Amino acid sequence: MVERSIRVERQWSWRTFLFQWEWLLVLIFIAVNVVNSTLSPYYFTADTFLQTPMTFLDMSFLVLPMTMVIILGNIDISVGSTVALSAVVMAVAYNAGLPMVLAVVLCLLVASACGFLNGLLMTKFKELSSVIVTLATMIIYRGIAYVILQDQAAGKFPKWYSALGWGSIGKVPLILIVFAVCAVVFGLLLHKTSFGRKIYGMGSNLTASRYSGVNTDSIIVIVSVLTGLMAGFTALFLTSRMGSTRPNVAQGYELSVIAMVVLGGVSTSGGKGRIAGPLLAIFIIGFLNYGLGLVNVQAQVLLIIVGLLLILSVLVLNVRFGGRYKRSVPGAAKKLATQEHPSEKSP
Amino acid sequence: MSDRILELTHITKTFPGVKALDDVHFDLKHGEIHALIGENGAGKSTLIKVITGVYQPDSGQILLDGAPVEIHSTADSQRLGIAAIYQHVTCYPDLSVTENIFIGHEKIQPLTRKIDWRDLHERAGQLLAQLDADFDPRALMGNLSVAQQQIVEIAKALSASARIMIMDEPTAALTARESEDLYRTTESLRDKGVSIVFISHRMEDMYRLASRVTVFRDARYVGTWNLNEAKREDLIMAMVGREITQFFPKRKVAIGEEVFRVEGLCRTGFFKDVSFSVRKGEILAMTGLIGAGRTEVCEAIYGVTRPDRGRVFLEGQELHIANPAQAIDKGIGYLPEDRLRQGLVLEWELSKNVTLPTLRQFGTLGWLHPRKENAITQELAEKLDVRAASVFDLAATLSGGNQQKIIVAKLLAGTMKIIILDEPTKGVDVGAKTAIFNIMNDLAEMGYGIIMVSSEMPEVLGMSDRIVVMREGRVATILETSTASQEQILRAAMPETVHA
Amino acid sequence: MRRSASFTESFRELGLLVFIIVICAIFQIRNRNFLTLENIQDLLTNTAILSIMSVGMMMVILTRGIDLSVGSTVAIAGMVSALTVQFFRGISPVVSVVEAVAVGTVVGVLNGLLVARFNVLPIIATLGTMNVIRGLTYVVSGGAWVSSYQMSRGFKEIATGELLGVSNPIIMAVVINVLFFYFINHMRTGRQIYAVGSNPEAADISGIPRRRIVWLVYTLMGALSGLGGVIWVAKFASAQSDTATGFELSVIAATVLGGVSIAGGSGKVSGLILGTILLGILNNALPLINVSPFWQQAIQGVVILAAVLTNVLVKRNNQRFALRRRAI
Repeated sequence: MVERSIRVERQWSWRTFLFQWEWLLVLIFIAVNVVNSTLSPYYFTADTFLQTPMTFLDMSFLVLPMTMVIILGNIDISVGSTVALSAVVMAVAYNAGLPMVLAVVLCLLVASACGFLNGLLMTKFKELSSVIVTLATMIIYRGIAYVILQDQAAGKFPKWYSALGWGSIGKVPLILIVFAVCAVVFGLLLHKTSFGRKIYGMGSNLTASRYSGVNTDSIIVIVSVLTGLMAGFTALFLTSRMGSTRPNVAQGYELSVIAMVVLGGVSTSGGKGRIAGPLLAIFIIGFLNYGLGLVNVQAQVLLIIVGLLLILSVLVLNVRFGGRYKRSVPGAAKKLATQEHPSEKSP
Repeated sequence: MSDRILELTHITKTFPGVKALDDVHFDLKHGEIHALIGENGAGKSTLIKVITGVYQPDSGQILLDGAPVEIHSTADSQRLGIAAIYQHVTCYPDLSVTENIFIGHEKIQPLTRKIDWRDLHERAGQLLAQLDADFDPRALMGNLSVAQQQIVEIAKALSASARIMIMDEPTAALTARESEDLYRTTESLRDKGVSIVFISHRMEDMYRLASRVTVFRDARYVGTWNLNEAKREDLIMAMVGREITQFFPKRKVAIGEEVFRVEGLCRTGFFKDVSFSVRKGEILAMTGLIGAGRTEVCEAIYGVTRPDRGRVFLEGQELHIANPAQAIDKGIGYLPEDRLRQGLVLEWELSKNVTLPTLRQFGTLGWLHPRKENAITQELAEKLDVRAASVFDLAATLSGGNQQKIIVAKLLAGTMKIIILDEPTKGVDVGAKTAIFNIMNDLAEMGYGIIMVSSEMPEVLGMSDRIVVMREGRVATILETSTASQEQILRAAMPETVHA
Repeated sequence: MRRSASFTESFRELGLLVFIIVICAIFQIRNRNFLTLENIQDLLTNTAILSIMSVGMMMVILTRGIDLSVGSTVAIAGMVSALTVQFFRGISPVVSVVEAVAVGTVVGVLNGLLVARFNVLPIIATLGTMNVIRGLTYVVSGGAWVSSYQMSRGFKEIATGELLGVSNPIIMAVVINVLFFYFINHMRTGRQIYAVGSNPEAADISGIPRRRIVWLVYTLMGALSGLGGVIWVAKFASAQSDTATGFELSVIAATVLGGVSIAGGSGKVSGLILGTILLGILNNALPLINVSPFWQQAIQGVVILAAVLTNVLVKRNNQRFALRRRAI
């Protein structure tokens, strides 16, 4: 037998290093800031860069698990509704006499339960795509919020609670610190653990992953619960900043979150992307929004921009990754359904 | 004026590493039913693909009604009046039979904007009646049995005025009763003047339907006989008779006690009452025709699907496997049949592929150690002689044989007790085949119990200690390889006759 | 006896019909004014928009797609036609309708382009356009409303006018449903829509113009949303930039409730009509029996989930049945 040695050292080239999507995002981020600085003379101060994130970081907690969801090849449009429901439950419970600390815990529990239900539905009914499951739960969760609180607002939280969303440790906002910690945790989970490896595997080839012993059901449920949990975080910080909550909060969050993930280079066909991209995308969109505010552009215009960014990113990514037609249908788990339930269909 | 409607001469078709057709001949007379038989991999399907325009032959000629033709696409073949039906029907399950027949055949639908349903249903009904089918053309395609769907396919061909009909193992997924209906339909078809090429493994029914039979073996044409002159034994001999030129590594392995056993395994609609056992150091072959249920049994053992009844024992302990993760945990490894879709993540590097089932070993509490992964991949890849430059090569860049070795490496990275290999040498070149056989022997020596699903007779006889022959979802027989013959195996694998 | 899909479908429709009757009975008991001619006409008028748009959504879902942008399309089409009337009072209502349909068609063409030509997932494409169009609605209107006194009477009569005692929207809905029935059951392109959803790969091989058909269904959905838009603003005599927010969910609910399978390829017009009526009753009549309208959304969500899960369970049952027949 010929003695052949197989290399275990990675070969590094400048070309592959530089030709990465994330560098493009860095450029865009710099561009946004350059433009912003022309609009405001006091732009480049530590204050700007520390305080501005407070305005958009509440939604950003959702970007972390959504990255996992999309790498898996799925989608989740129920996140805004989960935020609303858990916030409403927390507020109502507190106003009904529950101690605030427990109300906070309740918020996180409810949010995680919402995620858990999503995961349960997706794994027990594999014929259904994540699109239809999260569409249904999106309506149900917010619907329950409306049933509980109708068109009222609930608030009057204790003083310390607003410190969550408005407070800082030194000069650094608390929300930024918490987010940074979460980002690090998710980044490590995704890139350094077997859990993350399995997520990528499922996104690239669900069948082969299953045959290789990956417990696909539990991964989906865990990711769903994580999504719920992060929605709970969003609910906490958002409610803290607003001082009160209503059933119609966080409307449209799913668009922005998905846009941030896709802009971050995570392809909707699954199996690709890194945490760094969406993180950069968060700040791009966040500072872009800030810049728009400097010129008194209405919030609705941001909708247009985010929508366009979403569409453009998907188009570019489709072209870049060869736009596999076979995967133009989300819901990777449904393909597994052909094993036990040979009628394979679902959008 | 030739009495041959179709003639193929000196057809050769080669794919990288394997010759699928080697200077073969085939001819079809007007209005005859001509059977084409041979083992799996003999070249029958490739010939069909040449006739239907999916493949173009590297050399040779095709004559239609005596005139040479070139068939560059399926559309070409359809235009020439060639139609085909297969084991699996592609159709619109939510649409009616009538629509399935006439959709896409725009020239048949009336060119007025409105669809004349009454006319279409009537015509569909007539077509079905011609084929002795008794179901309503208004029925939804998805509600029909596979047999009925195939009859609709035939009706579709009729409606497109097909003159040549190819039926590629249409009965493989049918029950005996349903096959009977299909054969009747086929005869009606012939009576209408359609010339038919019929591929099937059911010899008795072939005797009933066909007037002539051609045998292919190992991509070569063996001969053509008139069925009233050919004896069954001669045909079987023609199908399998060969010198075993493949070198099968000699082994001297001490076979130990039983390590794995299944009892009475059943899965409704797929297999029934399957029982067999494997001993340490033993290679148990599982063979049978396509559709016999071999892969389904393996997938049920491995946890991909779940059996409805039956028991599985590993080293004497009863197992309840709910998914592949548990199977791997207990020590059951599986090399899947579909290498590309089930065996590998093609976009991934080799190291990531190799360690996927056993990630726990290469990390601490979930934290990965890529260096350990790379090291084990290098070790296993070198041991298995994988031709790759580095462990970071993408799985998609490897050849079939090397990809197979990587999947084997996956299994070796963990601690297995039995290994199931489903068609391990399918699509693998000769050199890699030998390498894989050597690996199997090494594994047997190390004390693994091995189940090898294979359709290649030489391989089954050359490598195994015992053979489980499956037929139509059941275990037909279990043979000792030392005393088994190819004829014996094939006879056991073929379905029983319908008539006495 | 073989349990067939068409048997299940008829069973489903029967179930819907029974449910509608039962609900009407319950409502009538709780509130004697429920089954009055006036109330019924009111109910149907309100449901007309839903019906017109569910026709479009059915076609989209048949092709295994989905369209979340219809609410925004209603808003922009309505806003554009309302603004036109505001500045050109003399304009004929027919022109307004045509204008709205045209606006909606543009949106539909855009959606179709993304999904059919560029292979963008329908959920993502329409999520994007939903927000872009909503933003554009705001920009076009400058944030201002168009209210009743700024609209011409002719314009408002698009929704309030009557023909032979039946309100215009109902007539439009009936006409569209009839045309749709004819199209989807008796015309080649209509049947091809089913084919594309039933088996896209086979459709490609059969030579059916899959991409063109997918593009078509989104375009039609847009056009119908445009029509819905002009009726909406005429009926409520007000065009705002947040008009019809969330309406897409009602449209999807009505369609799914009507038995259109989310997996594509199957669904009947009769079911669609029943589903739309049932959802219309649920949406409009709840206040009549003192159920707070705040339950509306939750009920809609449960309806979708229940409908979709039922489909799955029935299909699984059918398959188990088929496997048992194989007699191995």
